[in-house]
Amino acid sequence: MIDFELTPEEEAAVKVAHKAAEELFRPISRYYDEHEHESPQELIDTLWEKRGEVGMLSLSLAAALGIEELCWGDAGLMLCNPGPSLGGAAVWASGTPEQRDRFLKRFNKGKPKWGAMAMTEAGCGSDTSAITATAVRDGDEWVLNGEKIFVTQGKRALEDSDGIVVVWATVDKSAGRAGMKSFVVEAGTPGMRVEKLEKKLGIRASDTATIIFEDCRIPYENILGSPEVRKLDKTKTAGFQKAMATFDATRPIVAAQALGVGRAALDFVKETLEKEGIEIRYGLPRNKLSALERDVMDMEAHYKAAKLLTLRAIWMLNQGQPNNLEASMAKAKTGLAVTRITQKAVELMGPLGYSRKYLLEKWMRDAKINDIFEGTGQINMLIVARRVLGYSRDQLK
Amino acid sequence: MISFSPSEEQQMIVNVVKQFATDEMRKVYREADESGEIPARIIDAAWGLGFISSSIPEEHGGAGSEHSTITGSLLAEELAWGDLSMAMHTLCPTLVVLPILEMGTEEQKRKYLPAFCREKYKAATAALMEPRFNFDPYSLSTTARLDGGNYLLNGEKCYVPLAADADLLLVYATDNGSNQGFILEKGASGLEIGAPEKNMGIKALSTYELALKDCRIPRENRLGGKIGCDFNRIMNCSRVALSAMAVGVARAAFEYSRDYAKERVAFGEPIAARQAIAFMLAEMAIEVDATRLMTWEAAWKLDRKEDATKEASLVKMYADDMAVTVTDRAVQILGGHGYIREHPVELWLRNGRGFAAFDGMAIVYKEIQHYD
Ligand SMILES: Cc1cc2nc3c(=O)[nH]c(=O)nc-3n(C[C@H](O)[C@H](O)[C@H](O)COP(=O)(O)OP(=O)(O)OC[C@H]3O[C@@H](n4cnc5c(N)ncnc54)[C@H](O)[C@@H]3O)c2cc1C
Repeated sequence: MIDFELTPEEEAAVKVAHKAAEELFRPISRYYDEHEHESPQELIDTLWEKRGEVGMLSLSLAAALGIEELCWGDAGLMLCNPGPSLGGAAVWASGTPEQRDRFLKRFNKGKPKWGAMAMTEAGCGSDTSAITATAVRDGDEWVLNGEKIFVTQGKRALEDSDGIVVVWATVDKSAGRAGMKSFVVEAGTPGMRVEKLEKKLGIRASDTATIIFEDCRIPYENILGSPEVRKLDKTKTAGFQKAMATFDATRPIVAAQALGVGRAALDFVKETLEKEGIEIRYGLPRNKLSALERDVMDMEAHYKAAKLLTLRAIWMLNQGQPNNLEASMAKAKTGLAVTRITQKAVELMGPLGYSRKYLLEKWMRDAKINDIFEGTGQINMLIVARRVLGYSRDQLK
Repeated sequence: MISFSPSEEQQMIVNVVKQFATDEMRKVYREADESGEIPARIIDAAWGLGFISSSIPEEHGGAGSEHSTITGSLLAEELAWGDLSMAMHTLCPTLVVLPILEMGTEEQKRKYLPAFCREKYKAATAALMEPRFNFDPYSLSTTARLDGGNYLLNGEKCYVPLAADADLLLVYATDNGSNQGFILEKGASGLEIGAPEKNMGIKALSTYELALKDCRIPRENRLGGKIGCDFNRIMNCSRVALSAMAVGVARAAFEYSRDYAKERVAFGEPIAARQAIAFMLAEMAIEVDATRLMTWEAAWKLDRKEDATKEASLVKMYADDMAVTVTDRAVQILGGHGYIREHPVELWLRNGRGFAAFDGMAIVYKEIQHYD
């Protein structure tokens, strides 16, 4: 039965998260934007204490709605939220029960911890099949070598806590995608170091690290999924696909993050107009609307479109339905929608939009990342296109 | 609890209509567009599926299931996927039935609803649009004035579908500053129906201008009697129905151009293997889905009897733009062949272009020229 009503628990999750966004995030938002690489320790401790309440581990609808609210507060700070995050999602999606237990349990106790995911390299981002980092088996160990860049919370996971990072490396270069595997590396493992933190356009509170692996040895059991390299025909890359399935869970979550930033900008615009006594006259025919009203309605409609696609992708995930197409639809739409919404908001608000006295300009900078990470807009369009056409990677590049 | 799956019953309706659209409507839509006429058997067959009578209470001859705007949206999308003219023709009586069902007096229900529960299609229509520049449905020029026991209606209406055949006509007019509906029966004195209008699209649906010159109707024929009607809600229902139809037309165009792109070879490969084409298709798929979800959400709100003005207006605006973009892209993907009247995409573009101009119930290509 088609229904759009939130359950009382979901309503409650939204409320709790919104309150946290207003009280904990917004007041320090500007500070950590201007003091890049400084850690919001107090916030981190508070969030760690409250983690049960906000429910960061699960990918439930309530969690996604909560994430939207927190990002409405501040997307960069939200990314600092301790928890298993993308690395955890990978373990969850393709790890064995034993691995889930071994790697994820830590996130329920002790001091704040982070999970991270290291896929991207200087030479390849979108084209994950071109990864050059290597994993070589040596007895009951894997030896990792290579350099990973742009690892979100890489430093917090490895240096500031006993967290984990899921690293992508090839066990057999000649095998292409089939040779690509993911490995869990725990903080404190010798042969691994954080090289630098990036300076960014937005989400500055979130650390984005370069990690170097030099003969980094990890237990053989830290490989996620099967160690076997199956050289099937080129169109079938089953092992890789399974790992890629992580994205079906994480893309809608990133979309939810994006929605929060978009809505922050939209709310700012609407509040400003309200203060000025300007009303959006929904229901009037378009020929009667002012250009401003049309712009605002357009922004709202795109936000709504993105939100509903996102909710659908998460709902399907929770129903156990394959959602690869819908997850990419949501991500592609949302990344672009919030990029445009925030840019339009800066335009509409004039001096209020451009001034660093207000947070709007920051939201525009923050929003842009959503069109880039977890698959750029183009990569997600590519996935949607392949799905609707029934094409393989080779048929549509 | 959030859910995106239609009920079993709704899915059954969708399947039946989809089948009907494929087997019947899609076979004759081109001919209907060229000739301006829809074969009567199609309309009778569509009518025979019983969707309109199903929500009429048993005491008035219907099946008595509660009217659901969501089900209505699913139905409208499938019918419009088949053909927009036929969809509008088939659903035209709802422009009268639904307002009477929701807002009519007991007397009005008893008097008018049973006729829609019979086997044969019964034409009925509504008149909202007015043939003037800068039309705004919230400030109508057509007036209704009490004169003893009667209302006198004066004004001009345009783009009234099926006006010449309709047994019942619901005319919207301002009654002491508020928009109200007035039920006219066929042949009402002072009601003059013009020649069929000629439009760019939806050509198989005949629409008319009409003039009301001291058109006299009994006082009881005001929709909802003393209480009157909730005009805004009627507008919102119509916006949702039109958005659902826009989704149907756009989906048709998306599917057709997708299949074509996989067949058509250029430079040694199917054109779909090129990102320029594939990304257009991806965007079409995303926007069709997004608009459908927005339509459902607005419909859901209407079914809960909440004010859906915001949702309905947003989805209507979004659907208007989406329908044009998607149908235009479909023509583009077919290239020169898309421009030829052998393929349906040019027809869908002409039809899709109409949505931006329908607010309320009628088709206003004139408006488009002024404002877009
Ligand atoms: C702040 C931040 C945080 C990040 N966090 C992480 C993280 O935690 N873990 C991680 O592994 N990575 C992370 N990334 C990396 C991110 O996922 C990549 O930057 C992204 O996938 C794009 O890769 P790239 O930068 O190498 O761009 P490229 O792949 O070089 O792409 C450049 C341009 O080409 C386009 N393009 C590429 N291939 C195609 C194609 N086939 N068809 C059409 N267009 C194409 C892209 O869309 C893009 O517009 C992060 C990046 C940033 C900026």
